[in-house]
Amino acid sequence: MGNHSDGTPTSSDAVAKAGHDEVDKFQDPGLPPHRLRLADTDPKAAKRAEHQVAWLFIISIVGTLIFFVGYFGVRLDDTLDTLRLQNTFLGIGVAFAMLGIGTGIVHWARALMPDHEVAEERHELRSEEDRLAAIQIIDDIVDETGIKRRPLIRNTLIGAVALAPLPAIAIFRDLGPLPGNALRHTLWKEGERLSRDPDGTPIRAADVTIGSAFHVIPESLNKLEHGKLNEKAKAVVLLMRLNPEDLNPSEGREDWAYNGIVAYSKICTHVGCPVALYEQQTHHLLCPCHQSTFDLTQECKVIFGPAVRPLPQLPITVDAEGYLVAQSDFHEPVGPSFWERG
Amino acid sequence: MSTAPQTTFEPKTATGRITNFVDERVGGSGMLREFGRKVFPDHWSFMFGEVALYTFVILLLSGTFLTFFFDPSMAETHYNGSYVPLKGVEMSVAYSSSLDISFEIRGGLFMRQVHHWSALLFVAAVSVHMLRVFFTGAFRKPRELNWVVGGVLLILSMAAGFTGYSLPDDLLSGNGLRIIDGVVKSIPIVGTYISFFLFGGEFPGTVIIGRLYMMHIMLVPALILLMIAIHLFMVVIHKHTQYPGPGRNDRNVVGYPLGPVYAAKAGGFFFIVFGIIAFVAATFTINPIWNYGPYDPSPVSAGTQPDWYIGWVDGALRLMPGWFFNIPMEWHIRFPWGVNTLSFNVLGPALIPAGIVFTALFLYPWIERWVTRDNREHHVLDRPRNVPTRTAIGVSGFIFYCVMWAAASSDLIATHFQVSLNDVTYWLRALFFIGPVLGFIVTKRVALALQRKDREIALHGRETGRIVRLPHGEFQEIHAQLDDYKRYKLVGYESPVAEEGIPNENGIVTKKENLRAKLSGFFFEDRVAPATPSELEAGHHHEAIEASDDDKAIKH
Repeated sequence: MGNHSDGTPTSSDAVAKAGHDEVDKFQDPGLPPHRLRLADTDPKAAKRAEHQVAWLFIISIVGTLIFFVGYFGVRLDDTLDTLRLQNTFLGIGVAFAMLGIGTGIVHWARALMPDHEVAEERHELRSEEDRLAAIQIIDDIVDETGIKRRPLIRNTLIGAVALAPLPAIAIFRDLGPLPGNALRHTLWKEGERLSRDPDGTPIRAADVTIGSAFHVIPESLNKLEHGKLNEKAKAVVLLMRLNPEDLNPSEGREDWAYNGIVAYSKICTHVGCPVALYEQQTHHLLCPCHQSTFDLTQECKVIFGPAVRPLPQLPITVDAEGYLVAQSDFHEPVGPSFWERG
Repeated sequence: MSTAPQTTFEPKTATGRITNFVDERVGGSGMLREFGRKVFPDHWSFMFGEVALYTFVILLLSGTFLTFFFDPSMAETHYNGSYVPLKGVEMSVAYSSSLDISFEIRGGLFMRQVHHWSALLFVAAVSVHMLRVFFTGAFRKPRELNWVVGGVLLILSMAAGFTGYSLPDDLLSGNGLRIIDGVVKSIPIVGTYISFFLFGGEFPGTVIIGRLYMMHIMLVPALILLMIAIHLFMVVIHKHTQYPGPGRNDRNVVGYPLGPVYAAKAGGFFFIVFGIIAFVAATFTINPIWNYGPYDPSPVSAGTQPDWYIGWVDGALRLMPGWFFNIPMEWHIRFPWGVNTLSFNVLGPALIPAGIVFTALFLYPWIERWVTRDNREHHVLDRPRNVPTRTAIGVSGFIFYCVMWAAASSDLIATHFQVSLNDVTYWLRALFFIGPVLGFIVTKRVALALQRKDREIALHGRETGRIVRLPHGEFQEIHAQLDDYKRYKLVGYESPVAEEGIPNENGIVTKKENLRAKLSGFFFEDRVAPATPSELEAGHHHEAIEASDDDKAIKH
C-alpha cells in the first residue's frame, strides 16, 4: 500500500498533476437507484405508519386539552407554586399540541408521501442579451434626462440632495438636553449627612465599627420629588471603616477620612456598575460586572481589571451631633470617563 | 374596448373552480406552476435557517400578545399586585406591568418565557446558520449578497434581543443599560451628547424604556422582516445549494418537490420548533424578574450575565486590562482648548473585536474570490474538510468569538471551578491571542487528515472488522470496496493548486498580484488531491499481486 499521508503536490504520486486530473477523474455515476421503503412494499407497514400518524395527531388533541385543564383548572393563589404549576400545564399542553402536529406531519411525509428525489435543471441566472438590454436601457434613461449635458442641473441637484437630510438629523436635537455640567455635580455638598441606602436614616460615626461597610445615599435624596434615580445613579457611596494606619492618604487628603472611616463613590470608573462587593480581609472593592478591583489601602487605586481611574473619594467629617457629613461634593466627576472629563 | 376574453376553460372540480377564480383575477396559476413542485435539496444542516425563520414567527406571535399588557412607562408607581415580597415597593410602571404579565395574566408568564427562549434560540439559529453557510462555502458566487443580508440579519437579531432585554426595567436589565451608557460615553467628542440624547438627559432618566420599546416592537422587527423577505427572495432566485454527491452538480438541483414532501416536512418542522420552545418554556425558568427587583442604581447581584449573544462584547470589556503594566489605557489628550479624555480601555474592546469579526464576515466572500480567482457559479457545497484553509479560518474566528464569550462568565468559571478569578482572566487574555492561531493549525491538520482518510477509504474500501488468517500465518483485515455512488461522494471534489503570480499585460507581476499569489499559496499549498481511477486501478493490481503471493487463498 502506498503511503499517501505526507504527499506533497510535486513529490508524491498520491496527488494528480495539473492537467492530468482532467482525464483521470472519477465520473459522476448519477443518482443512486431508488430504494423502496417498507411502507412502499408492505401494505401492513403502510397501515401501521398511517396509524402512527393518526396517534400523533391524537396526542396533539390531548395536549390542547391539557392546556385548558391548566388554564381553567389551576387556581392561582398568589404563590409561586401555583403559578409554576399552571405554567407547566400550559407549556406541556402547548408542547404536546405542537409536537403532535409537527411529528405527525413529518412522519406522514417521510413514511407515506413519495420519496423520489427529483432533479431539476438550474436556469441560467442571467443572459447576455438581457444584460446588454439593461445596460442600453440605463444608458437611454441617463441620456434622456440629459443630466450629463446639463451640469448646472446636476450640481444644484447634488447640493439640494446633500442638504435635504440635514433637518432629519437636526430634528432629533430635542431628544435630550445638552450635558452641560450635569456630570460634574452630585447631591453631595458641605454638611450633607450620609444616610443608609435605601431608608435614608443618618449614620452616626460611633455606629461604624472597624471592618463594617455601609451602602450610603445623601440624606436629602429621598426628599426629592423628581429625578431621584438620576441623582442616586451619581451619588451612591460606600462607607467603610479600617484601622487608620491601613489608610495611606496622599498629600492634601489626610483629613478626608474620619477616624479610619472613608467614603468612596460606588459607581465604577469603568462603565458605571455599582462596585458592590467589599472584601473585608484584603480591603479590596470588586465590581461584579467586569471585575475591576480597587484597593482601599491605596485610595482605591485599580489593582486588577479594565478600570483605569481610582474611585473618587468623598471627603467626610462629623457634625455637632456626631453624624457623618460630607465636607463637600466629590472633587472630580464620578462614574465612567467621558470626552470632556479632562 | 374590445370584448372581454371568453373563458374557454371550464373547470369541472371544486379545486378547478377555485383555481380558475384566482387565476382569472390575479393569475396565480403560473406561480403555482413555478413553485408548486419546485425542488428543494434536503439535509439536516439546512434546518438552522428554518429554525431561525420559525423562531422569528414565534417571536412575532408571542411578542404581540405581550404588547397587549405591557406598559413601557417609567413613571413611578407602588407595586400592588399579587407577588407578596414586592408589595408596596416603589418601581416603574414598566416593571410593574411586567410583573402583572407574569402573575395576573393567565398564560402571561408562559408567553414571556416563550418569547425569551425564542429570542435566545433565534440569535443562536441565525449564528449557527451563518456558520453552516461559511463552512460549506455556500456564500460563494452567486450568493455573496445573500451572505451580506444574512450578516445584517445577525446584527439586527442581536439588536432586537438587546432592546427587548432592557424593557422589563428590572435590576439586571437596568445594569445592562448602565453598561451601555458607560460605553456610549467613551465615544470621543460626541459620546456624552449621544448618551444625553439617548436617555433624554442623565442616566437613567424617564424615557429610555419607551424609546427602546418603539425600536423593539416596530423599527427592528420591520427591518428584520424586510431583510428576511430579501433573503428568501434571493434563495428562490438562486435555488438552494446542495451537498456534493452522485447525480448532483452545479447545473442541477436534486431533492424533493415542494409539494407535498418538502412543504410537509418544513411545515411540520415549524410545529416541532414551537413544541420544543413550549416544552422548554414550561420547564425551565428564564429571566425571573421578580427575583431581581426594580432597577435601582445602587444594588447589583454578583454573577450577573447578559443574554448569551451579548456575552462576547461584555467579555471583551472584561478582558481588556485598564493598565498595561504601568501604562494607563485611558489617555488625556491636550488640545489648545484644554484636555480631553479618551477611554481606550472601554472604547477599544467595545469596538475593535466586533469590528474585526463583522468586517471579516462581510468581506470574506470577496477576499476568497480574489485569492482563488474563482469566479464561477457554485451551487454544490464544499465538505468543510475539502477546503482546509477556509475551514481553519472559520474555526479560528469561532474561537476568537468563544474566548470573549467565555470571558463574560469569567466570575462564574472562577466560582464553579474554585480557581482564582484573576488567573481565569489572565488565561483568557492569553487565549484571546493564542486560541485562534492554535485553532487554525489544529483545524487545518484535522481537515487534511480527514481528506487522507477519505482517500484511503475511496481506494481501499472500508474496514469490515473481519480478520482473516492467511495460510502463512499473516493476519489481515478484509476491506469492503465502496460502490460507485459512495466512492464518488469521497472523490468528487476539486483541489486547486497554489498559483504563481500572473504577470499583467506589461509582463510585470504587480505587488498586489504578488500578494495574491502568496495568499493563494497560503490557501492551497497544503492539499490532498482526490483519489483517481488510475490509483484505484493500481491499488487493485497491487492487492491482486499480494493475493497471488498468498497462493490465492484469499480473494479481496
